[in-house]
Amino acid sequence: MTAPSFPTFASLNGAPRLTGTPRLLVTSVILTLVAIGGTFLLDPYRNYQLAVIAAYFCATAGLTMLVGLTGQLSLGHAALMAAGGYGYALTANASTDAGVDGVARFLVSLVGAVVVAGLAGLLLGLAAARLRGPYLAGLTLAVVIALPAVTSVFSGVFRGDQGLQIAYDGVPPFLRTLIAVEQWQAWVAILVTSVTVTVLAGLRRGRAGLRMRAVHGDETAARLSGVPAGRVKVFAFTMSSISAGVGGALLCFVTQSVSPGAYTLAFSLLLLVAVVIGGLGSIGGAALGAVVVVLLPWLIGTATAALELPADVEQRLSGNVSVLVFGLLLIVVTAVWPGGIAGALGRRMPRARDQVAAGTPVAPADAPPPAVPVTTSTSSVSHSIPTETER
Amino acid sequence: MSQHRAPTTRAAAVVAASALLLTVSACSTPGVAADTPGVTDDTVTIGSHQPLTGPAAAGYSSISAATSAYFDYVNDNGGINGRSIEYLVKDDGYNPATTQTVVRELVQEDEVFAILNGLGTPTHTSVLDYLNQNGVPDLFVASGSTSWNQPEEYPMTFALNADYVVEGAALARYAADEHPDAVVCLLGQDDDFGAEFIEGAETVLGADGLAAVERYSVSNQDVTAQIGAMKAAGCEINLLATVNGFTALAVGTAAKLGWFPQWISSSSGGDYPTLVGFLGEDLAPQLLQGFTSTNYLPFGPDDEWSKLFREINDEYNAGAPFDGNTVYGMSVGYLFAEALAKAGESPTRESLLAAISSGELEGNGILPLAFGEDEHAAYTGVGITTVDQGVQDFIGVTYALEGESVEEVEAKPVPLAGDGIPKP
Repeated sequence: MTAPSFPTFASLNGAPRLTGTPRLLVTSVILTLVAIGGTFLLDPYRNYQLAVIAAYFCATAGLTMLVGLTGQLSLGHAALMAAGGYGYALTANASTDAGVDGVARFLVSLVGAVVVAGLAGLLLGLAAARLRGPYLAGLTLAVVIALPAVTSVFSGVFRGDQGLQIAYDGVPPFLRTLIAVEQWQAWVAILVTSVTVTVLAGLRRGRAGLRMRAVHGDETAARLSGVPAGRVKVFAFTMSSISAGVGGALLCFVTQSVSPGAYTLAFSLLLLVAVVIGGLGSIGGAALGAVVVVLLPWLIGTATAALELPADVEQRLSGNVSVLVFGLLLIVVTAVWPGGIAGALGRRMPRARDQVAAGTPVAPADAPPPAVPVTTSTSSVSHSIPTETER
Repeated sequence: MSQHRAPTTRAAAVVAASALLLTVSACSTPGVAADTPGVTDDTVTIGSHQPLTGPAAAGYSSISAATSAYFDYVNDNGGINGRSIEYLVKDDGYNPATTQTVVRELVQEDEVFAILNGLGTPTHTSVLDYLNQNGVPDLFVASGSTSWNQPEEYPMTFALNADYVVEGAALARYAADEHPDAVVCLLGQDDDFGAEFIEGAETVLGADGLAAVERYSVSNQDVTAQIGAMKAAGCEINLLATVNGFTALAVGTAAKLGWFPQWISSSSGGDYPTLVGFLGEDLAPQLLQGFTSTNYLPFGPDDEWSKLFREINDEYNAGAPFDGNTVYGMSVGYLFAEALAKAGESPTRESLLAAISSGELEGNGILPLAFGEDEHAAYTGVGITTVDQGVQDFIGVTYALEGESVEEVEAKPVPLAGDGIPKP
């Protein structure tokens, strides 16, 4: 991709060092190394959570690009994650039968996940490009609701509610004395996520991102300027779906299984809540959102356990409190910081606006807002929510 | 220079800080095995995953409460080898994805000694590899899948329920013996539970012995299509490989269609008091008259184990409704206590597994336990029960696996010894 000629933050400050794509790559590598180094500080359960966060981050990063940049609202990203998970599991089981294992099996299966999720996203995207607002939301909603039915109707392939199990990938022998399996899984998840998100961030700050913003800002004006709106939307949906699929594949790799129960409608909506809380359109916000989605229920569970409530009260609270807290958080965040947590952090540290990902493990830098007269990444947040609901 | 570097440095600082915040103290580097996890001088901590919410909760959430009540009873009477048993129960909502999270929490955060009685075929299947790779004893799984009895592949895992192949075969044999010319059909859960039950039934009835086989998925609480198809196929006897909630749903749906066939259910979905909870006090005795199921645990109003468990239930479980799940939960507790007692003064994971594999455990079932070096199944036979006038009891017919086939055998109930607390 050709590097766009946006005035970047570095050049604005008169420091003509790294700009554009090289800078993105360097930041991405640094954050990845920091995150991998961080795994040494964590116990196995925290590393497991970190791996899950990384997997969710793939999905939220793709979703935030789709919703924040092109304004296409998807309620079905859980189903696209599931597509990736099943693609991974089916390819992994086929490879195991064919005698392939280890790194080769992982890579082949990851390709399988990308292909399946990409195809699913392409098909959905083709339909999605012709739909707007509630109709698009309805279509994606139908997909995620249909998932359990699809897996049980074709239970010969998908094994119904029980889902698919895959063979276990242990720590490679030369690392076995150094790290535990959870840490290894966290490494793999961080690396794969880092590559995926860097690609998305590159798209976002490049010509593709500009076109997406143009289509979102005013589709007719974009067409008049020669931007093929339909193609841009389908492309965004497909990329977003692939990224969700990679997330699903990582979850399958970490837990050695995939089942429809992991990808419910509630989870799908939670992904959307995550990107809104984090800050629509912002990659750093997507990372924050993924952290919140994984850690909040766990923190609440730990807190309620510490309160030593009666067993029946605890049982009633279990699972329900976190849904309530997510709802409250969503209301508070949209009311107080319409730009999400990332937007709030960005205002507080204007110089580090493109580093809002800092609090999270694997976020490469965001591009600064482009100096073009379309909605910018941060301001589009406050616009896109009302626009979506008004339509 | 510093201006440009600042964000990156800050990023690194924030990442490092948040990582530190998350850190408890341990790290992932595998170290030398220290003390046995979950065992202190005066406690043994074990954990379980159970459906306390979700589609299977109504039928099974009382099991872990009963097990906890039994452990409270044991602890109040001095514990096992001077140690009290702490039983941590986590809710997985019968969702395999949640099971994986809560079991990791139990093993890594709570550092349990063993996982006891994890409930469900689809749920427990998703943590089977994990528990065995991490060397965590995985005892008395609350499911009849044959997966738990694979000592070579899964040395940590031991079953409890009579497996579904045996159950399916026993019930099919009973159906064939009692009603030789009836049209037999089957409704099964869409996972290994249903598949193995079907396999068992077909070994007795032949590959085309079942006139109709319908499957349902737990996530869809509507079986009208399946029941309608079975009615249309002219079924007279319906074998059920269903969880309690779906047994009630099947019976209720058929009644709505004005259809009252003979129901023969797996023990997993055949507990009469639980079914009454679903179908209602007034209708259940009529709808379930003649309802046939199996059991392998002490049962029936006059049994001495049942009497003891009823007392424990009143005192330690706040007098919760006493049903098959209560007996099941307490029997699980008894079996674990027996294994722990035999694991020695200072139990380790190895000595616990050795105690179970020794074949010395007796349990409290109607047949001897089958555990041994090469056998991780607990019960390989079942007794037939029926419901008559609202009372479910054994009818004195017992089937067990004899070599390759299921034959009728004599029941040998284990008598109650002492006050129901195992001695070393």
